[in-house]
Amino acid sequence: MITFDDVVKVYPGGGTAVDHVSLELPTGKTTVFVGPSGCGKTTSLRMINRMISPTSGRVLIDGQDVAGQDEALLRRGIGYVIQHAGLFPHRTVLDNVATVPVLLGKTRREARAAALELLERVGLAPEFAKRYPAQLSGGQQQRVGVARALAADPPVMLMDEPFSAVDPVVREQLHREFLRLQQDLGKTIAMVTHDIDEAIKLGDVVVIFRQGGVVAQVGTPQELLADPADEFVAEFVGRDRGLRSLSFDTAAELPVLPVPAELVLDEAGRPVGWRTGADDVRPTGGTFTSADTLRLVADLAILSPVGIAVRVDGDGKADGITPHHDLADYLAARRG
Amino acid sequence: MNLDYLFDAAHWEFGTSGSIPQLLLSHLWYVVLALAIGTVIALPIGLYIGHTGRGSFIAINAGNAGRSLPTLGLLMLMVTLLGLGLLPVLIALTVLVIPPILTSAYAGLRSLDQRVVDAARGVGMRPWQVLTRVELPMALPVLMSGFRSAALQVVATATVAAAVGLGGLGRLLIDGLAVNDYSRVLAGAIVVAVLAVLLDLVLAFAQRWIVSPGLRVSR
Ligand SMILES: Nc1ncnc2c1ncn2[C@@H]1O[C@H](COP(=O)(O)OP(=O)(O)OP(=O)(O)O)[C@@H](O)[C@H]1O
Ligand SMILES: [Mg+2]
Repeated sequence: MITFDDVVKVYPGGGTAVDHVSLELPTGKTTVFVGPSGCGKTTSLRMINRMISPTSGRVLIDGQDVAGQDEALLRRGIGYVIQHAGLFPHRTVLDNVATVPVLLGKTRREARAAALELLERVGLAPEFAKRYPAQLSGGQQQRVGVARALAADPPVMLMDEPFSAVDPVVREQLHREFLRLQQDLGKTIAMVTHDIDEAIKLGDVVVIFRQGGVVAQVGTPQELLADPADEFVAEFVGRDRGLRSLSFDTAAELPVLPVPAELVLDEAGRPVGWRTGADDVRPTGGTFTSADTLRLVADLAILSPVGIAVRVDGDGKADGITPHHDLADYLAARRG
Repeated sequence: MNLDYLFDAAHWEFGTSGSIPQLLLSHLWYVVLALAIGTVIALPIGLYIGHTGRGSFIAINAGNAGRSLPTLGLLMLMVTLLGLGLLPVLIALTVLVIPPILTSAYAGLRSLDQRVVDAARGVGMRPWQVLTRVELPMALPVLMSGFRSAALQVVATATVAAAVGLGGLGRLLIDGLAVNDYSRVLAGAIVVAVLAVLLDLVLAFAQRWIVSPGLRVSR
């Protein structure tokens, strides 16, 4: 567990960057710091590995004040990923990843062997090992940055806008891999982003900062969407938070109607489209399974040419439909 | 004026004192000594200033002051103070090579992407490790260009050694002028120029060898 105990940071010549922050970042969970630019997210993050020291207050990891620890040793035990990856341009990808194990006294050979495995883990083929950072795309560099931070298997990871330098498609992909990796590894992660959607998607706990380095609200993504503490948080999480909060529930309990004759199926029973005229069949626009989110169901109902979302089973066979008014009734009943 | 002196085989006899190979060797010796001493003095100072950011005015002013000091004048002053010998020559030449090396070491470190240096600290390198494992290797291209320009200057200027009775290729110039043997002067000038080009080539190869390929890749 990482604890912020009444932490204040005032930069000489600057204003107050972090203002009396007290927080607990649970072990094995991802805590995301989010807020507008300049609200003290990076400063807060960097106080965890002593890249910045607090003006007053304490930061503790598992009850140990970081201020009392050897800087370099502390940092070797904390994975650190920064925006634009911050890779060493003069070292190969493999040697970048091997950096911390070598600092910790592993031989270069051992460290490289382990690094090669890690590359695979973050989704990079072995042929990237011999390349230099300048020969990689932004997304690939970001993966190497994550591999470097993971190399010494630290229990704590700090990530400062790790996914901001890549395009939305690659970001989406990195998000999925991040969630998969974190499910396996269960690190205690502190992540900074200014993107509230990213925070909601990746965070177990989200900390919303406001200007002046004040914490506006701490909670699970569901709590923040359902019950924003004030106008600022409500504004920040966005106007469509109702729709977004549907991401947290699956369609498992959603009632469906039997598949009607208007839904055209192929010989395997998979939906092809809706018959809207004698020889007019329009595509369904997509299907959901009971494991998908209610947000997807709502999306499908809106996109569907007939306002009906189609459910399929594991084999892709149509096994039910939900018209949008049924979905609306379900959501209304759920709220009450 | 002609090339007779240069192409006269008698002047290339290694055993003869004052032959071109002997002068070349002594010339090279002054150059290597001045570069070595200059590097030992200037590199740590330049790296310290670049790494810490403290005393950057020294780096900037040393660069300017050094460039404007006339080497021959300095050499005469040193001879007056210390008498004839190798020492005054070395001092004068070392003063010449310090500014480009110091300035390039400083500038090389200052021009680095500070996010990478920050990452080096962030992964747990100690200050010395940050300097030797990240800053220095990354600054090598700039550093080497400073070193190469120092080498070129000192090759040309080491001819002043002859003015105070020492050897080196300057002998060809000074003795040639003294007896109006312009063919000898020309030979001296050509050998100095060829030496400069060759030395720069060697250093260019060394640079390719020690600079990480990762720094040569264009984005
Ligand atoms: N080294 C510094 N000296 C003085 N002021 C600083 C320094 N670093 C940050 N600040 C100020 O402290 C405040 C918080 O900065 P911080 O970098 O923590 O913001 P942030 O929330 O990470 O912003 P962003 O989303 O833009 O990265 C800002 O007002 C910034 O100008
Ligand atoms: Mg920031």
